[in-house]
Amino acid sequence: MVEIEIDGKTLEVAEGSTIIEAAHQLGTYIPHFCYHKKLSIAANCRMCLVQVEKAPKPMPACATPVTKGMKVFTHSDLAVKAQKAVMEFLLINHPLDCPICDQGGECQLQDLAVGYGESASKYEEEKRVVPDKDLGPLVSTDMTRCINCTRCIRFTAEIAGFMELGQSYRGERAEVMPFIGKTVNTELSGNIIDLCPVGALTSKPFRFSARTWELSRRKSVSPHDGLGSNLIVQTKHDKVMRVLPLENEDINECWLTDKERFSYQGLSSSARLTKPMVKQGGQWVEVDWSVALDYAAHALRDVAKTHGGAAIGGLLSPHATLEEMYLAQKLLRGMGSENIDFRLRQSDFSADGHRRGTPWLGMKIADIAKLDRVLVVGSFLRKDHPLLAQRLRQSAKRGAQISVLHSADDDLLIKLTARAIAAPSQLPALLGQVVKAVCALKGTASDTALAAVTVSAEAQAIAQSLASGSDGGSAVLLGNFAQQHPQAATLQALAGQLAAALGGRFGFLGEAANSVGGYVGKATPGAAGLGAAAMLKDPRHAYVVLGAEPEFDCADGAQALASLGKAAAVVVLTSFKSQAMLDYAAVLLPVSPFSETSGTFINTEGRVQSFFAAAKPLGETRPAWKVLRVLGNLLDMPGFEFNSSEDVRSEALAGKPDFVSGLDNGIDLAELNLNTSINGVERVADVPIHFADALVRRAPSLQQATDSAAPTARMNAATLGKLGLVAGDRARVGTGGAATVTLSAELDTGLPDGVVRIAAAHADTVALGAMCAVLSVEKA
Amino acid sequence: MALIDTINPLLTTGWAKGDAGWSLKDYEARGGYAQLKRILSSKMSQDDLIAEVKKSVLRGRGGAGFPTGLKWSFMPKAAPEKYVVCNTDEGEPGTFKDRDLLRFDPHSTIEGMIIAGYAVGAKRGYNYIHGEIFEIYQRFEEALDQARAAGYLGNNILGSDFSFDLFAHHGWGAYICGEETGLLESIEGKKGQPRFKPPFPANFGLYGKPTTINNTETFAAIPFILGMGGEAYLNLGKPNNGGTKLFSVSGHVNRPGNYEVPMGTPFAKLLEMAGGMRGGRKLKAVIPGGSSAPVLPADVVMECTMDYDSIAKAGSMLGSGAVIVMDETVCMVKALERLSYFYFEESCGQCTPCREGSGWLYRVVHRIEHGEGRPEDLDLLNRVTDNMMGKTICALADAAAFPVRSFIKHFKSEFEYHIEHKKCLVDPDVQRAGSGFFSASATAGTV
Repeated sequence: MVEIEIDGKTLEVAEGSTIIEAAHQLGTYIPHFCYHKKLSIAANCRMCLVQVEKAPKPMPACATPVTKGMKVFTHSDLAVKAQKAVMEFLLINHPLDCPICDQGGECQLQDLAVGYGESASKYEEEKRVVPDKDLGPLVSTDMTRCINCTRCIRFTAEIAGFMELGQSYRGERAEVMPFIGKTVNTELSGNIIDLCPVGALTSKPFRFSARTWELSRRKSVSPHDGLGSNLIVQTKHDKVMRVLPLENEDINECWLTDKERFSYQGLSSSARLTKPMVKQGGQWVEVDWSVALDYAAHALRDVAKTHGGAAIGGLLSPHATLEEMYLAQKLLRGMGSENIDFRLRQSDFSADGHRRGTPWLGMKIADIAKLDRVLVVGSFLRKDHPLLAQRLRQSAKRGAQISVLHSADDDLLIKLTARAIAAPSQLPALLGQVVKAVCALKGTASDTALAAVTVSAEAQAIAQSLASGSDGGSAVLLGNFAQQHPQAATLQALAGQLAAALGGRFGFLGEAANSVGGYVGKATPGAAGLGAAAMLKDPRHAYVVLGAEPEFDCADGAQALASLGKAAAVVVLTSFKSQAMLDYAAVLLPVSPFSETSGTFINTEGRVQSFFAAAKPLGETRPAWKVLRVLGNLLDMPGFEFNSSEDVRSEALAGKPDFVSGLDNGIDLAELNLNTSINGVERVADVPIHFADALVRRAPSLQQATDSAAPTARMNAATLGKLGLVAGDRARVGTGGAATVTLSAELDTGLPDGVVRIAAAHADTVALGAMCAVLSVEKA
Repeated sequence: MALIDTINPLLTTGWAKGDAGWSLKDYEARGGYAQLKRILSSKMSQDDLIAEVKKSVLRGRGGAGFPTGLKWSFMPKAAPEKYVVCNTDEGEPGTFKDRDLLRFDPHSTIEGMIIAGYAVGAKRGYNYIHGEIFEIYQRFEEALDQARAAGYLGNNILGSDFSFDLFAHHGWGAYICGEETGLLESIEGKKGQPRFKPPFPANFGLYGKPTTINNTETFAAIPFILGMGGEAYLNLGKPNNGGTKLFSVSGHVNRPGNYEVPMGTPFAKLLEMAGGMRGGRKLKAVIPGGSSAPVLPADVVMECTMDYDSIAKAGSMLGSGAVIVMDETVCMVKALERLSYFYFEESCGQCTPCREGSGWLYRVVHRIEHGEGRPEDLDLLNRVTDNMMGKTICALADAAAFPVRSFIKHFKSEFEYHIEHKKCLVDPDVQRAGSGFFSASATAGTV
């Protein structure tokens, strides 16, 4: 610690801090533009010039380290003169078009110009005009307003991991631009809008639609991936106009993924279901709530009476709130059904009954920064968990060794230490090799089931990296792909063995907003019940579907459609209607999306995050917890006397803890399933970032993004060659049955041999059925 | 023309044969590489070597005049990876000495860099050569090949346990790459933009490693200093202004070119060596240290001696030693317009005051020159320069401001005349005559 003085106030600050950090500690604001606490220091805007005793010139507070006894004057004549000088320079070529600028009212330049600018400019020469740039469907540019602070450039390079923006030309002609002919394609691109201190980069979807001061603000929680990013949802006349990050250093820091930021457009989609509907005589009619609820209650009761409660299955979206899931399972159990599941994309349920607790991240999100060795198993990390990937990216920069074991070698924009890439069927054995190698390095005995496993060079490299870490500093993280894997339980058991051998941790990267909450809310099958896959494989007479679109959200969409189509009664609680629903459902109940209901998400670290509605329900939409409560009443079930979602939460969580208890990734598996015999081309299915849930699928701007491109059949060169294909060919992909899908064959050098990568959760590929399957591929 | 005149030649001793005397054998015949051999065979300590350089009071010849020995002593001893970098990005208008140094005697720079590498414990060096003198870059590459073949570069130089290799790197002509940290960025393959200091290159230099960066002339002087001894070198010049210095004399003199003279030589002597004023015209002003140095009016500069202290006392800078001589035919407004355009064009665009201010200055001076000046413009120019100076990462903003301030200070009446009368105080005919392309009489009748 060093003692310094700022504006006459003495304080102690950490050695190596900068003046601006020290001033922040004191609550003293120093005007700045280019400085941002999460980015490297550029010191180029010069707005933060302050006076330092004995220094002949004003010093930039953002870049000047404190020294013992330093005396800083942030508001002295010298400092203010320098700050005003910089402001004058910033404004001479700025268009001052605040009245037509989207940034107006939330513009750092505008705000600081009030304090440091003159009322009239002495610059009477012609102003600079800078051509606008095409940065894609999400970020709009007015580059003439740019003050060249380079925050956006540093963001792409340092946080997003790839320098997609740069400053070309020099001097007054300097321009921020993407690579020629390219746009900004990072899944984190929207953050540059927040970072831009002027109106050069603004939100394309939000553009010209409202003024910041017209908007109401509500805190909320992201309904998408398992991170549970904190949001500020901004509304005007009960319409969500914009979503911004709510800073939470423990979760999303000050960032949001594009999915979280722009998915709100889906809330105003024309596909919103706004009135209850029932199918009568093959015709859909809009009805009153009372009619629809009666209809639903009767339909379910009839099936339960005739075929027993077990004839009903409940498919709950993992993006539903805790309260919704809790009430839905209570309702289904009340009717005698134990067929309840929210793990819709999972295909291996053999861990059920052997799990010691609720699967979770295995640590606090913020603790990721403390890890020095990480193995990520089976994860499309950058697209499935962009902000966790970002945290690991920063860790790698600080020297942590990150390794990957997966079936695709996508560029994570993280410096990897080692990687092992193999076909899905080989993953368990490959992870087994790492376990065996680590045990050998640590001098401990490995599982006897691994006796026959031969350690490959790739696995050895991963093991060596992991084993070289500090005590307790290593972790194994299982991604969505590992959780959806047909041998997911074995992967979990092996990850556990690996963590034990390392003295480290292991955890799951929660796929959805309530991947932990589903377990907590008891939305899993009872001992006699069927899991998501089983209740679709073995069709039920009736289904209750909450918030899901099973054709996209289940492990085998084709099978889900078939089973739902055969059912006598499908009751769907949904925010959106689709043709598929109109085909299979008997009643459609319009329920609120996250923005129109109160509720709770439990994120992947087990943190309980409740939120209120940001807007009134659209049309006759009602919060799902209320709908389920009334259904319970109509079915004369006890224990449905809730008056608020908080009541539901209190019952589900037994109080209001900050973190849920019972989190444990331990598994007691009788034997490992290392079976690797596969004959044919294995499918590797990712869930594209903008297709993962019903809301984001309906966000038009995100659907135009590069990440939303139509699925292709990607193979490595050897596989293409073996199948007689060249990149660009049309390939007919089949499942062995009648269904085939024709896709463009593309080269993906990151894939292992004998694998075709075809995205799931997309209308083009639903017919291919299971996400994990052996496919036939031939030239079309 | 290799060399026109000199007093006490050191650096230019090898220039006598022009392009025929640059190669290794010529350099060795002149006693070249003897100092390197002596250092390696005697296993001279790094501290002794740096002490000798300190004794010479050799000051950085690139413009800032920082004592070279002191700079070398800043290099951390323990660091495993260090670099020596030579700055031949000679972009300052008026300066052309490093070009000739590498053209006529590249090996003195090479030897100086090897010795510097030895002194600071670096194993690798780079010479960053201005992009617009490509033939010089090629010559330097040739010289490097010769030195490498003779065992002066590479592993275990001359059988010693000292290894050092040296590489040439050419830029593309951006002025800002002559700023030492902008130069380092450029070598690293990035956009040439100066870095914020601290940390200084001695701690965080090329590729983040400790780096010593000196001007070509500085390195070239090293073998001579070690040959004659630091004290003898110092005594060639004045106290605190050791040795000899190359001056690139340009402008309205009879014999523009490079002149090596001892520090402290009177300006009048230098002017005389350069053949005096062309056409016998009257001296009006001199920029004594490259275009960024404040201009000095004739009466002031005639009293100066050519060394750091005397020029500084007169209110300017010795800089790189580029002496731009202007006679009475020069319109100072037009001259300033040219200079301001240069800095407007060459600002890297990083820092707000320079990016915005350099354009503002140029536009206002341009207006005045083109008859659209306003009475308040001179105050405005002074205010803008005031707001630019000392507020940026590097000194380019100051470099843009100094000419404006000094031109207005010393030649205010010319600017006022321009603003009031919308034309030059110096008759256009006279200006044309002074340009050297027309004779006064030939153009007299055509206007």
